[in-house]
Amino acid sequence: MAKKGWDEFEIGAMLRTFNGEIENIAGTRQEDRSYTENSSYTASVADWRLIKPIFNKDYCIDCQFCWIYCPDVSIISRDKKLIGIDMDHCKGCGICVEVCPTNPKSLLMFPEQADEEVEIASWPKKDEKEA
Amino acid sequence: MAFNKMNLKDIEVWDGNHAAAQALRQAQVDVVAAYPITPSTPIVEGYAKFKANNYVEGEFVMVESEHAAMSGCIGAAAAGGRVATATSSQGFALMVETLYQASGMRLPVVLNVVNRALAAPLNVNGDHSDMYLGRDSGWIQVDAYSPQEAYDLNLMAFRISEDHDIRLPVMVHQDGFMTSHTAQGVHTLSDDAAYNFVGEYKPMNDMLDFEHPVTHGVQTEEDWHFEHKARQHNDLMLKAPPKIEEVFTAFEKLTGRKYNQVESYDMEDAEVCVFCMGTSVETAREVASEMREKGIKAGVVGLRVVRPFPFVQVAEALKNTKAVAILDRSSPNGAAGAMFNEVAGALYNTGIRTLLSGYIYGLGGRDLTKAHLVALFNELQANVNAGKITTQLQQFIGVRGPKLSYL
Repeated sequence: MAKKGWDEFEIGAMLRTFNGEIENIAGTRQEDRSYTENSSYTASVADWRLIKPIFNKDYCIDCQFCWIYCPDVSIISRDKKLIGIDMDHCKGCGICVEVCPTNPKSLLMFPEQADEEVEIASWPKKDEKEA
Repeated sequence: MAFNKMNLKDIEVWDGNHAAAQALRQAQVDVVAAYPITPSTPIVEGYAKFKANNYVEGEFVMVESEHAAMSGCIGAAAAGGRVATATSSQGFALMVETLYQASGMRLPVVLNVVNRALAAPLNVNGDHSDMYLGRDSGWIQVDAYSPQEAYDLNLMAFRISEDHDIRLPVMVHQDGFMTSHTAQGVHTLSDDAAYNFVGEYKPMNDMLDFEHPVTHGVQTEEDWHFEHKARQHNDLMLKAPPKIEEVFTAFEKLTGRKYNQVESYDMEDAEVCVFCMGTSVETAREVASEMREKGIKAGVVGLRVVRPFPFVQVAEALKNTKAVAILDRSSPNGAAGAMFNEVAGALYNTGIRTLLSGYIYGLGGRDLTKAHLVALFNELQANVNAGKITTQLQQFIGVRGPKLSYL
C-alpha cells in the first residue's frame, strides 16, 4: 500500500473493503469483486508461512472437507471441484491435510521451499494397512 | 412509531442533570449506552424515562460497566446513530481506554461528564480530576458553569461533533452537585426549535451502509499510526475552533445567549484576574464586582473550551492584566497545576509579563467561598503593588492544617 501523508486518507481508523458501491456481493465470486488495496483479499497475509500444503489432484475425490475446514478460506473450489490453494492467504496450518480422507492423501504438507512438481512425482503410495 | 413532543415553559426550573437529559431528548438521540454513576445518574435515567414515556425514539442499552457503556456508544456511532451517554469520576476513569478509541475512530459521541473527584479516598462530590484525566484523549471538551449552560452546550455539542469536517466526540462538563443537582431557571427551546438547531443526523462511513462496507477500528503500526494521530491533532487544532465559533454564533442568533471559547468578565481594564472553570467562575464574577466597589480592578476569565485549548484567546484575554491567579481544582500530585502550566505556556512567548500564581482548591467538593476569593483578589492586588509575586507560586485554598505552598 502506498505510504500516504497524514492529509491523504479518509479520517478515522477505517478501511473500505470494496471500490465504489457493491451489489449482490454474496453472489459474486471473489475474483470478480472489486476489492480495494486495503482488503486482506488483495494483500498477501501469508509471508510468515513455514510449511505449505501441496495438492495432488490425482487422488482428490472432491469431498470438499478441506474447503469446509480451512480456517482462512484458502482452498479454491469451483463447481464443487478443488482447483488449487490461495497461497497469499494460506498460513500453513495443515488442517486441510488432517481432514483429507483419501488414501494416499490428496494434500500433504512440505517445507515452504519445496518444489511442487518434484513432490507430486514422488507422492506416497496407497497405504495397504490402512486400506 | 411516532413519539410525543413535550410542551416546555419558556423558563423551566431544572438542575444541570435534568437540563442535559432534556437536551438529549430534544436532540432525539438514537442510542444511549449507560452505566449510571453519581452524580451523573439522572442524565441517563432521564433519557430512559423519556423513552419509556414515548418522548424519544431510541435505544437505551444497559451495560455492565462504563467501559462497556462507551464501547456500546462507539459501536452505535460506527453503525451510524446519534449517540450520547453520561458518567463521572471512577466511571470516567474506567472509560478512558475507550475514550481514545472513540476519538481515534473519529466517531461523534456526546459524553456528559458530571465532574467528580477521583478516589482514593472515595468521594462523590465535585472537583475537576476526571475532567483533567480526559484532556489528552482527543475529545473536544466544553465546560458548563450552570444548568442553563449544560442544556445549551449539549445541544451545541451534537452539531459540532457530527459535522463531517470535525467527526470528533465531545465531552460536556458540569460540576458535580453544584451544577448537576442545583435547580435554576433554564431558558428552553421548543422541541422543534432545538431539533432544528441540532439538525438531522448525517451518517458518514456508517456500518449500516451495506452498499459501502467499511472496517472500523483497524490496527496500524509504526507505518501508519503517526499519520492518523497527526491528522486528529491537526483537525482539533485547525478545524474544531472555527466550527465551535460557528456553532456558538448560530446559537447566539437563535437564543441571544453568547458563548465564547474563553469567557471574559469585566476584563476590559482588569488589573487582577482569577482564571478558573466550572461553578467557581460564577462565584468569582460576583466577588470581582464587589472588589470593584472597593477600588480593585478585578476581572474573571473562565475557560469554556478546555480542548482544543484556546491558546491564543487565553493570552489575548490576559494581555492587559498585572496579576493572574490560575485555579486548579485537581491535585497536580507533584507538579505545578495543569491549568497553571497551560496558561503560562500560552503567555510565555507573547511578551505579556503578568504575575502568574497558581492555586489548588476545592478538592472533593470543598467549597470555594466568597471570603476565599476576596482574600485571593487582595493577594493579587498585593502582588501588583509589590511588582512581584509576594508568595510562592503554588498555594492551597481552603485546606485545613499548616499552610501549604511550593515552588
